Amino acid sequence: MAVVQDVHGHVHGHPTGIMRWIGATNHKDIGTMYLCFSLTMLFIGGFLIMGVRAELFMPGMQIFEPEVFNSFTTLHGLIMVFGAIMPAFVGFANWQVPMMIGAPDMAFARMNNWSFWLLPVAASLLIGSFFVPGGAAAGGWTFYPPLSTQGGLGVDMMIFAIHILGASSIMGAINIITTILNMRAPGMTLMKMPMFVWTWLITAYLLVLVMPVLAGTVTMLLTDRHFGTSFFNAAGGGDPVLFQHVFWFFGHPEVYIMILPSFGIVSEVIPTFARKPLFGYSSMVYATASIAILSCIVWAHHMFSVGMPAAGQLFFMYATMLIAVPTGVKVFNWTATMWRGSMTFETPMLFAIGFILLFVIGGFSGVVCALVPVDIQVQDTYYVIAHFHYVLVSGSLFSLFAGAYYWLPKWSGRMYDETLGKWHFWLSMVFFNLTFFVQHFLGLAGMPRRIPDYALQFADFNMISSIGAFGFGLAQLLFVYIVIKCLRSGEKAPDMPWDGAKTLEWTHLPTPAPYHSFETPPVVKF
Amino acid sequence: MKLDEPRINVKMLRKLLVFSVMMFGFGYAMVPLYEKFCEVTGIYELQQPDVLDKNAKVDETRIINIQLDANVRGLPWSFRPLQSAIQVHPGKSAEVIYEISNQSDKTQAGQAIPSYSPRNLERYLKKFECFCFTQQELEGGETRQMAVRFVIDPELPKDVHTATLSYTFFSLMKD
Repeated sequence: MAVVQDVHGHVHGHPTGIMRWIGATNHKDIGTMYLCFSLTMLFIGGFLIMGVRAELFMPGMQIFEPEVFNSFTTLHGLIMVFGAIMPAFVGFANWQVPMMIGAPDMAFARMNNWSFWLLPVAASLLIGSFFVPGGAAAGGWTFYPPLSTQGGLGVDMMIFAIHILGASSIMGAINIITTILNMRAPGMTLMKMPMFVWTWLITAYLLVLVMPVLAGTVTMLLTDRHFGTSFFNAAGGGDPVLFQHVFWFFGHPEVYIMILPSFGIVSEVIPTFARKPLFGYSSMVYATASIAILSCIVWAHHMFSVGMPAAGQLFFMYATMLIAVPTGVKVFNWTATMWRGSMTFETPMLFAIGFILLFVIGGFSGVVCALVPVDIQVQDTYYVIAHFHYVLVSGSLFSLFAGAYYWLPKWSGRMYDETLGKWHFWLSMVFFNLTFFVQHFLGLAGMPRRIPDYALQFADFNMISSIGAFGFGLAQLLFVYIVIKCLRSGEKAPDMPWDGAKTLEWTHLPTPAPYHSFETPPVVKF
Repeated sequence: MKLDEPRINVKMLRKLLVFSVMMFGFGYAMVPLYEKFCEVTGIYELQQPDVLDKNAKVDETRIINIQLDANVRGLPWSFRPLQSAIQVHPGKSAEVIYEISNQSDKTQAGQAIPSYSPRNLERYLKKFECFCFTQQELEGGETRQMAVRFVIDPELPKDVHTATLSYTFFSLMKD
């Protein structure tokens, strides 16, 4: 093992204390900040949804005014999507991309600092909007007009927060693309890059493609609200349906922005614990690229019920169903990687297998939703909620946990508590399904989303779902405890804690990874 | 930005930034693009007069009951049709009168937006005169009667016996 160790190679000293973090330009420091930020946001978004589930525990109005309930569901969505899931993946990219391609750092270290420090500003705008007159935005996380052209200061704060988050994501994406394309170690050709790096390269391109469109959309909303334009205002000749088209042009690629890096993490974890190389590497790359391209031409499947010609409905229906093909290729490849592997089931592997199982359920309900006649029935019901939580929670979030347990020894130099990790997985698995599986039935029976009260026949399933949600929320506190315990008193991790790992950060760097790694590029031989 | 960034990275940064700005512009370009798309495909022609087909035959065997509805949003106006419903033969042109009156003492402008039921009725309802094609401005206390002239296409599906023609006046003033 050629170990590059360069701890004191830098000419200037490192600032310590708070200045180390405020002025951070080191990709590892910034990655850590991203991950801590997104974990905090996960708990804030989680707190909001606990309130929602408490209200839905029984029929009737118990806790909230309906307006506050609406704000809670809206901000839960926005905070989880833009505050928890997306920054968490950027955090992983910051830590892992330079180490996996043998680069010393990200391409633009100071821009990297900026893209992180914009996030707390945006988050405080979102959270602060609860305390202004009129309360936080309450028109759903998709902020459709006319609700979003009405509303008070809270909506303006949300719009501004989205501008800032968009700028942060675009800068992050530009940084990642430049790092991957220009700074790979000699010998690391594109088709030798680890899958995690590939998925992030494609995700970053999707980000620069659609985040500016979202910025444009919210700018139009802002000028409609305050400067007398009428993009979405029917009275002035605008059209609220236009908003939905422009929003979902961003919104659909966005869901793949949140799942492609998951595919990358799972594609690193499964081969390690199956002790076999990834099955069908190049088909994985092509499948990822096909999913990204297809994701840009299916946006109107979110709007079947707003009305469009039959030819349009058929096009968007078939294009959507087509996405199941490259996704199926990926699931097949993961399964084939495990086939006859000598598998062990440490926590990262458990989360990765849980990911495959539950993500496939979410994928299937996605194909069901793609069918126009079915979609018109289940539009805005709990069936849709169940569908996208199966892909976003047991998809994106589970893969984030898999990645966190997998790389925690590399980052901290200490092992987490395996028993507690397994508890975290099984509790999450059981409570997740308790929460969301019953929501399929609620949706098929016609329970609408975003409504604080419901008809009596939905009572039992809602109580089960709420109990599941409280359990799932508490189980995530265990994760915080495991991480703190690992950092404080975990056993020292060996250089190679997982014997199937083959990527550069494991084979060429000591554990924990030094503050400055790969100042001289490694020689990559495969 | 650090000055010692390799030139190749800075070039890449510039390209990607230009691309992002272009995509921001593309968001705005979607507005005229969609308008053009809807014009070419004929999806959205609510505010254009339809051309009358001179050869259309009147179908005396059918009678369609047209219900008239009127709403106001954000204006101190009263708005109502003079009759609540009319009966027409498909193919025969009809005229209905709506009345608006400004009940405040300030001049105000509004725009009426039509809405039809059942779904897809707009394909068969040909309007060649409507107050909804233009903005309406009323002085304080003024009352105005306005006409809608239309014809129902005889191609209207056989199962439709009743249709609703609804207008909503929206305020054009920013307060």
